[in-house]
Amino acid sequence: MRSNLGVRIAQILPTLVLVSIMVFCLQQLMPGDPALVLAGEERDPAVLAQIRTELWLDRPLAMQYFHWIGNVLQGDLGFSWRIREPVLNLVIAKLPVTAQLGLMAFVIAICIGVPMGIVSAVKKNSFWDYAANGIGLAGLSTPNFWLGIMLILVVSVQLGWLPPSGYVPLTEDWRQSLATTIMPAFVLGNALAAVLMRHTRSAMLTALEQDYVRTARAKGLLEIRVVLRHALRNALVPVVTLGALELGTLLSGAVLTEQVFSIPGFGKLIVDAVFNRDYPVVQGVVLVTATVYISLNLIADIAYVFLNPRLRNA
Amino acid sequence: MRPILLMAAAAALSFPAVASAQTNPPQTLRIGIADDADALDPTLSRTLVGRFVFASLCDKLVDIDAKLNIVPQLAESYRWIDSKTLEFKLRPNVKFHDGTALDGEAVKFNMDRHLNLAGSTRKGEIGGLDHVEVIDPLTVRMVLKSPNSPFLAQLTDRAGMMVSPKAAVAAGANFGQHPVCAGPFKFTERVPQDRIVVDKFADYWDAGNVHLNRVVYQPIVDSTIRLSNLRAGSLDIAERIQPPDVATVKADPKLKIEIFDYLGYNGLTFNIANGSQPRTAMMKDARVRQAFALSIDRQAIVDVVYNGMYAPIAQPVPAFSPFYAPEVKPAGRDIAKAKALLAEAGVKTPLTVEIMLPTTADQRQIGEVIQSMAAEAGFDVKIKATEFVTLLKAQADGDYEISLIGWSGRADADGNIYNFIHSGAPLNDSKYSNPAVDALLEQTRAETEVATRRALYGKIAMQSNLDLPIMYLYSQKNLIAMSTKVSGFSPIADGLIRVKGLKLAQ
Repeated sequence: MRSNLGVRIAQILPTLVLVSIMVFCLQQLMPGDPALVLAGEERDPAVLAQIRTELWLDRPLAMQYFHWIGNVLQGDLGFSWRIREPVLNLVIAKLPVTAQLGLMAFVIAICIGVPMGIVSAVKKNSFWDYAANGIGLAGLSTPNFWLGIMLILVVSVQLGWLPPSGYVPLTEDWRQSLATTIMPAFVLGNALAAVLMRHTRSAMLTALEQDYVRTARAKGLLEIRVVLRHALRNALVPVVTLGALELGTLLSGAVLTEQVFSIPGFGKLIVDAVFNRDYPVVQGVVLVTATVYISLNLIADIAYVFLNPRLRNA
Repeated sequence: MRPILLMAAAAALSFPAVASAQTNPPQTLRIGIADDADALDPTLSRTLVGRFVFASLCDKLVDIDAKLNIVPQLAESYRWIDSKTLEFKLRPNVKFHDGTALDGEAVKFNMDRHLNLAGSTRKGEIGGLDHVEVIDPLTVRMVLKSPNSPFLAQLTDRAGMMVSPKAAVAAGANFGQHPVCAGPFKFTERVPQDRIVVDKFADYWDAGNVHLNRVVYQPIVDSTIRLSNLRAGSLDIAERIQPPDVATVKADPKLKIEIFDYLGYNGLTFNIANGSQPRTAMMKDARVRQAFALSIDRQAIVDVVYNGMYAPIAQPVPAFSPFYAPEVKPAGRDIAKAKALLAEAGVKTPLTVEIMLPTTADQRQIGEVIQSMAAEAGFDVKIKATEFVTLLKAQADGDYEISLIGWSGRADADGNIYNFIHSGAPLNDSKYSNPAVDALLEQTRAETEVATRRALYGKIAMQSNLDLPIMYLYSQKNLIAMSTKVSGFSPIADGLIRVKGLKLAQ
């Protein structure tokens, strides 16, 4: 296991180099000219030329890449062309916002998805199973954007219960912080809850048919103990893998949700940067997101070992 | 299960009415702006939303009033000494937010900064300036390279904003992260993409007219969500509401809407000679462009897409502008004449043409209305909806046939026309060139009398409507929604929210 882990860690660096090359090249394929965006409405030719020189846009692509990656290796992600702030500062400021949103969404998804999956498997082909499947299908099919707007209209505009947008850090005022993030976290966790429900259900159905479950029942254990201690623990391995992968996906799902709720996190940062062709921000954010994603997968691999002792000798 | 969870969460966090995101002092005005501002440095700033924030932070030498007259602000008065020399008497005892005094040297510093700072987007606007002379601490003269009457109007916007020389020297290129100006509010904090907070400046020269303690600008891109925030009480003012939402605002007893004149226009730019692609009949022959224009009913576009809220025009300035030439009226739709012109040009119909337009719903709808109207005259219109930054690049490179694009407008007509149709001008994406029009445009800059300039602009519009580098369609309106608690709003055509004079009832 230790050597496996070593191999996994060694794979991180080349993966990140590939990601950096891909994100750099992909955005060069984006149509539009960043200098035209930056030069303002008047598009003064002298200003355009000066912007191209200042931002290295008039140099060959390879030179631009090595200039950027060289700075990244020294811990400098560059500065935002649009608001002239260091990208690193923006990333540091935005990461906790999206992390809070993602974690809250994840907790909401687990609280809804896993119990629903268990009930649906244990009460197979009953009303509860159909109801859970129906809710799961609805959750998967509801677009985040639409659900977000509906919640704003109903919960904020009509009922006046929660603020419709904005963000307050947890450290500043935890109640306000939860109030501003509970709706977007619910929207973000909604689809994931459905995915988790379906996977928990199928993994539980498989587990409940295993010999060790029959043995546990034969020993006369309480059904709840059989379900939670014997079946669920084994069923959780694929669910944890999926959860870890989906936690990364939550970061990308946050793009739309943050836009709808005006949450100043990673998603909003990257959308604004793409629309304004703010290349250093796009590159910096994608690189950091990739690092987080890869780290989460690594953590998931380590988590398997704790959940399934057989993997410890693999 | 889920609604119950959400209700429980809301109850657990139960707030008196709708909570706002920050804790603010009393008399805090929250304004929803359509995007996050760029660098808050008047020399570098490019965005319209940036100008919204500057309206509270940075006073200008001169401003415009509701009738587009140029009125004093930081300058107490101004006068043209001759056609190349503009003199300003500065208001005494004006302080920047850092306590330093605004004087003639500060004005000279600012104009030099606009001209010389790397990345300055003001350079082009005041390119006609030769140098600034400081006569005494409260008198400065701006000497121009050649007669240039539109120059004064440039100083009603960012080019006329004064920043503290001391703070600008100390901050260097980072000045925009902590701007220090001479406006009614001083910069407090900025959380990118979340909020820009400005607080009342106690030593402001006109402090008696400032009734608010704090203004918070919140970028909310989607206009529907901006409006939802206003309806939920999280905002006091929401700028740029979409025309279809006007009815919603009017139906809400807690809200009101200000609908007022706008400086810009929307129109069709025809590619005449830009780019290297094969030249189409539309590019080569003005008669084909005239036929296309005759097939379009501007009023129908305005009625269908904007419920008749906007005004059709055939020149680049709106009807309330002192430069509007009343003799230039939009031509009526005339299909028979359009067909005759196409026949005269020897064009085989249906003639396929392509309109590039932004992806917003209203612009697509305009494209569809044009498509349907032009079909009757023999045009097969293809619509190419294009993301805005891509559209800008395609237009600059000449990679288009017809482009539906607007202009936000300037107080002086020159800002709406010269750069778009003068030979070789930076925004002339049509690559239109007519020496007679160029000569008239130069003449308008040399003249200072408004009536004379208006007559010249009339002649230019007549010729331009024949050559058709641009077909002007309509002039929009500013639509700003606000809570009924807000009073004292001054509707000025540049659409900016001037926070001085605004009051907020508790």
